[in-house]
Amino acid sequence: MQIKETSGKFCGEALLFDEKPLLSVSDLTTCFYTDAGIAKAVDRVNFTVNPGDTLGIVGESGCGKSVTALTIMRLIPEPPGKVRSGKIVFSGRDLLQLSEKEMRRIRGKQISMIFQDPMTSLNPVFQIGKQISEVIRLHQGLSRKESLHHAVALLQKVGIPSPERRVFEYPHQLSGGMRQRAMIALAISCHPKVMIADEPTTALDVTIQAQILNVIQDLKTTIGTSILLITHDLGVIAETARTVIVMYAGKIMEYAPVEDLFERPRHPYTIGLMQSVPSLEQETERLPVIPGLVPSLLEIPAGCAFSNRCDHVTRQCVNQEPPLFDITPKIRCRCWRYQ
Amino acid sequence: MPGASGSQRSVLARMSRHVRKHILGALGLGVTLCMVLVALLAPLLAPYDPYDQDVAKRFQPPIWHSEGNTDHVLGTDHVGRDLLSRLVYGARISLSVGVFAVSIAATIGIVLGLLAGYYMGKTDALISYLIDMMMSFPYVLLAMALVATLGASFRNVFIVLGLTSWPLYARVIRTEVLRIKEMDYIQSAKAVGMNDIRILLLEVIPNLFNSIIVICTVQTAAMIISESFLSFLGLGVQPPIPSWGGMLSEGRTYMLEMGWLAALPGMAIFLTAMGINLLGDGLRDFFDPFKRKQG
Amino acid sequence: MRNYIVRKIFISILIVAGVVTGTFLLLYLSSDPVATLLPPEATARDIEKFRSEMGFNDPLFVQLGRFMVQVARLDFGQSYINKQPVTRLILERLPASVQLTACAFLFSLCLSIPLGILSAIRRFSWVDNTATFLALVGQAMPIYWLGIMLIILFGVKLFWLPISGRGGLQHLILPSITLGTALAPIVMRMTRSAMSDVLNQDYIRTARACGLSNIRIYFKHAVKNAILPVIAVIFFQIGSLLSGAVVTETVFAWPGLGRLAATAILAGDYPLVRALVILFTVFVVAANLMGDILIARLDPRIRIK
Repeated sequence: MQIKETSGKFCGEALLFDEKPLLSVSDLTTCFYTDAGIAKAVDRVNFTVNPGDTLGIVGESGCGKSVTALTIMRLIPEPPGKVRSGKIVFSGRDLLQLSEKEMRRIRGKQISMIFQDPMTSLNPVFQIGKQISEVIRLHQGLSRKESLHHAVALLQKVGIPSPERRVFEYPHQLSGGMRQRAMIALAISCHPKVMIADEPTTALDVTIQAQILNVIQDLKTTIGTSILLITHDLGVIAETARTVIVMYAGKIMEYAPVEDLFERPRHPYTIGLMQSVPSLEQETERLPVIPGLVPSLLEIPAGCAFSNRCDHVTRQCVNQEPPLFDITPKIRCRCWRYQ
Repeated sequence: MPGASGSQRSVLARMSRHVRKHILGALGLGVTLCMVLVALLAPLLAPYDPYDQDVAKRFQPPIWHSEGNTDHVLGTDHVGRDLLSRLVYGARISLSVGVFAVSIAATIGIVLGLLAGYYMGKTDALISYLIDMMMSFPYVLLAMALVATLGASFRNVFIVLGLTSWPLYARVIRTEVLRIKEMDYIQSAKAVGMNDIRILLLEVIPNLFNSIIVICTVQTAAMIISESFLSFLGLGVQPPIPSWGGMLSEGRTYMLEMGWLAALPGMAIFLTAMGINLLGDGLRDFFDPFKRKQG
Repeated sequence: MRNYIVRKIFISILIVAGVVTGTFLLLYLSSDPVATLLPPEATARDIEKFRSEMGFNDPLFVQLGRFMVQVARLDFGQSYINKQPVTRLILERLPASVQLTACAFLFSLCLSIPLGILSAIRRFSWVDNTATFLALVGQAMPIYWLGIMLIILFGVKLFWLPISGRGGLQHLILPSITLGTALAPIVMRMTRSAMSDVLNQDYIRTARACGLSNIRIYFKHAVKNAILPVIAVIFFQIGSLLSGAVVTETVFAWPGLGRLAATAILAGDYPLVRALVILFTVFVVAANLMGDILIARLDPRIRIK
């Protein structure tokens, strides 16, 4: 079934579950074996990315969102990391079972990724046109000339002015925003089905942030790429995502469409996050803060991972870890209050 | 295997990493301390007087040779002097030259490097020019020429070595100072109104200790090797004072039949230098917080 | 980039000028050539006459200026010992030194750079451990001892290789290996370190995320970045390579400039020493300059401002 999107957010609930998911992550667990112990960075995470979807993963630093993305791409360095369990089904195959060679054919071509800091994420000694055309030649077998042509077209598509000149420039000659656009061009060069964006705007100025988010949004309409957007910034989520996952200490705490999440956040952690964002309308003397600290991934407490900081904590929360409850078919929450 | 993407690090690799990170430096420290002790306790350790000649007993091979005996564990040289005793006393010469030369070079180099890095401008231009110029000289030739002119003696050797090797220290210190200067705590010290001398003493110099210790350690080995080469050429400590380089030079004449006369002194130099280098590497890893986290 | 290069050339010229001056002053202050040049029976009047004729009584600046002009014309006077023009002596020995140094250079680079790269790719593997161990040993080993040991082992115990002098290819082997040890360990450790740093960079992760193969990542994306500091270290270590050449040529009786310098210093042949010191230094300065220029050309961050 082909879905043609026109613009903006898609509100029809029914359609979200009609298509076969593009990417389906089930029971994914990734651990890191360090000298200090075993850190469970990703703990039994389940989610799906549907065609045309923008799935946002939000959470603070260290909650496991980037590790999840890197695990999907199978870019976790094997020592010290290890994927302990789970399946990642993409186009009918479990990515975790593929050989490295097969995985390389998927990376950059069917699933691609952009990273946080465009200055360090682009090779400083290669022209950006070369970096892009190299990927095109690799995955699509075009000639040098043709792939360079494509590179110019891609730079144009992401909104870089004078692309035919820029294509011969080096990363240090571009501004921060343009570098990120170049990275996006690199990521979409082979028209991937899914693009993972790991904190794409964190390293940029606020004004540029909006531009980059627009570029990312447009990809859905122009190329039909689904987005997996990782960020710690609730504002970015509100702006761009359609479905949201809130992660904490490696686990999913809440999973909901974006409107529901912002209108009525369920999980105490989500509520706390929303409250800590200052608003221009409120008059506040002090910003509300979630008391306590994130537990170290080496020693996650038994019971709910958020129990040591929660306002509504009960004995059950401390002793038993809540599963992810289905509040509605589309809203899930890992909290005993929604049993 | 799920998620396999890189290479599996074998047990051997994990062990190597551990050894290299933690054990080698300790080994270096041990060897260096040994050598220092040998040098300090030479009169107690040497079985014979290193100057005692006994021509009747010349060219006795070391104990592992068929003709060796326990009288002279490492054999005797061409005039019958006990090799072990000479090696033990030679440690004194080598190590003290190393320490003195490094002291001279470090003093000059650190002061100049500090001035150049902190005050910049004309001071820096002049000092950097001096550094570049001196570092362009082929070190060995310069040292040789100076010692030849001044006359070969223990004192001249370490003075010359010290005077020719200071540029390296100055360059390293200067780079460090430039880096430290940009740090925020220096800016805040200035904003609070601290005067330059206080900033230098209280803020800058303590941060230089790490680099200073590392470079002094590594350079000590270099000085020992340089001194031995000068002695090898006859430009260092004069015979009959036992010096490892001189012993090597004497041994060279007889190396065709009595190889140990050359091999043993060289081994002494090598082990000492190796120990000091390992210690220096260990110290560098110890002080550098970034490397500590990496593998 | 052009400003950068022009500035470096200018500084290099200044350094050479400083070196020439320094060399002159050093030997002016320390030697009295008259004693060496004249026969022992010369009377005080003869000495005085000789002095003023040769210009040794002129003021310092005049002598220095004269020297500078001579240097510019590549006229370094006559050797005190041989009574031959210094320039000719140098030119005679130059090819031998060039041959030895070039061989040692090639040998050490061919060994150390690949080992360094492999060590960084597979850290703590047996390749890495062996290579690092060899580098540590090589750095601690006094070169002349290595030379002597090699002579004893290969020349005496096993009669495989000749032990001194210059001749055919087999004469080159031991001296080249010995001299190569002055350069190889540092280059290998630098290569390993630079390559390791590069492999930890974000852009390598991006390259992997694009599906590039390991070979491509290591030998194209990584090496092109890692080679820059390695080139720097190679060029700036030329000085110690030359120092090592003096040592090696002495041990192996190799008829090159290093040995010439050693014997000249020991004999007190000042014109020759002066000329050789200046020559060596100019070479080092030129090598440093070339290194700077090469890096400026290869690194786009410097080339294009």
